[in-house]
Amino acid sequence: MEGLLPKLVFVYLGIALVATSLLVVTNKNAVHAVLWMLVMFLHQAVLFIMLDAEFLAAVQIIVYAGAVLVLFLFVVYMINLRTELRINNFTVVWPGALLVSVALLLLSVQAIKTFKPAPPVGDMTTEKIIKVGHAKLLGKALFTEHVLSFEAVGVLLLVAVLGAVVLTRRIRLKGEGV
Amino acid sequence: MIPISWYLVLSLFLFVIGAFGFIARRNVIIMLMCIEIMLNAVNISLVALGKGLQHTAAHVLVFFVIAVAAGEAAIGLALVVLLFKKTREVHMDEFRTLKG
Repeated sequence: MEGLLPKLVFVYLGIALVATSLLVVTNKNAVHAVLWMLVMFLHQAVLFIMLDAEFLAAVQIIVYAGAVLVLFLFVVYMINLRTELRINNFTVVWPGALLVSVALLLLSVQAIKTFKPAPPVGDMTTEKIIKVGHAKLLGKALFTEHVLSFEAVGVLLLVAVLGAVVLTRRIRLKGEGV
Repeated sequence: MIPISWYLVLSLFLFVIGAFGFIARRNVIIMLMCIEIMLNAVNISLVALGKGLQHTAAHVLVFFVIAVAAGEAAIGLALVVLLFKKTREVHMDEFRTLKG
């Protein structure tokens, strides 16, 4: 019975993730879609904890649920989407999109049917994660092996912030007072 | 112990749902959210494979993917706001031409 509980939790999480993402895709109301996406991200954080990645679960909640979704909510509130509730919110090509998606799903499931996991190569075992902590292990790898990529990502985020500010600022004409 | 392939199948389902939404939805905000769903699906598979390999590289990659997704959401939503200010329209199939 030892192995049953994780499987049950996984099945629940899988069903919840698929159901909430379907609700995000099919919802007419954009605010509801954002809130369903919040539920989806929280379930995904639990999935990360099941995979012994507690730091990534925390980042998932802080960055996605805390920052990205608030950004989405603000933009949804800024843009009046009341007409969205009445009109057709799928393009005319949606049966084709469904066909392509189902074909992609079937082909990829066929492809990973014979998947065999590679033998472990690193030293990030469950015991070590429990002893040292996932954040410490990840931080050590991040600031030694991947420090250049880390700094590049810092520059990328700075460019993203500057880009968002520059794109959305009001363009003043020459005669207009400041 | 849950096999890695279960996580891969779950991530595949999420990716396909996100891809379908990206192609089929008209609203550009929902399309951006579908991109986030696809990125999250890839994150699930990366974390699962990282656990299987017991290596930190996959988890570091997930960290970077989350950072890039945050930047992408900021820029994408800024573009949506700009588009809405210019045309009062957020439905992608209404844009027949990209010229002004």
